[in-house]
Amino acid sequence: MILARVLGNVVATQKNRRYDETRIMLVQPVNPDGTPRGASMLALDSVDSGEGDLVLVIQDGWSASTAVTGEIGAAIDSAIVGVVDTVEVEAQREQ
Amino acid sequence: MQIARVIGNVVSTIKNGGLFARKLMVIQSLDADLRPTGRPLVAIDSVGAGVGELVFWCRGKEASFPFEGSEVPTDCTIVGIIDSENHVRTLSSKGEAR
Repeated sequence: MILARVLGNVVATQKNRRYDETRIMLVQPVNPDGTPRGASMLALDSVDSGEGDLVLVIQDGWSASTAVTGEIGAAIDSAIVGVVDTVEVEAQREQ
Repeated sequence: MQIARVIGNVVSTIKNGGLFARKLMVIQSLDADLRPTGRPLVAIDSVGAGVGELVFWCRGKEASFPFEGSEVPTDCTIVGIIDSENHVRTLSSKGEAR
């Protein structure tokens, strides 16, 4: 799972029918300290997240499909599965 | 599967039902010499790992298999705690103390 910040959502009228009644969110992956990392991406919402929320995103088809639609086999590879309250990270050890 | 260090934890109240009561940890993957490699990830714990411990984790759909019987949506699960740094043995580390 990765941490990400919800930037907003996208609207698509014409889409695969398994996406019906889902919310397609635009998210920016972030580090534990909140700084952006890598390119923004799309993820389907399963927890009613909103713009500005820090969320947990899974990037696996089976889990994303079951989390969002309740069934396997949908063409979904990323899903938001949690809204983060706090992240605690100990100071990185020097190796 | 990769070796990682548990470096923190995440608290999430509103989450997918499949994640109810699961422990979320922040992990930093390590290479064979136990140096950090790549960016930190959030993993579900299946073995009782704590912050600071050396662990290994499993990715993909298989990451939800340790929770057999319940559908846990995860792509990253801690599946083992490595006894100590000295229990990671590589050709280059043989005979020398870490």
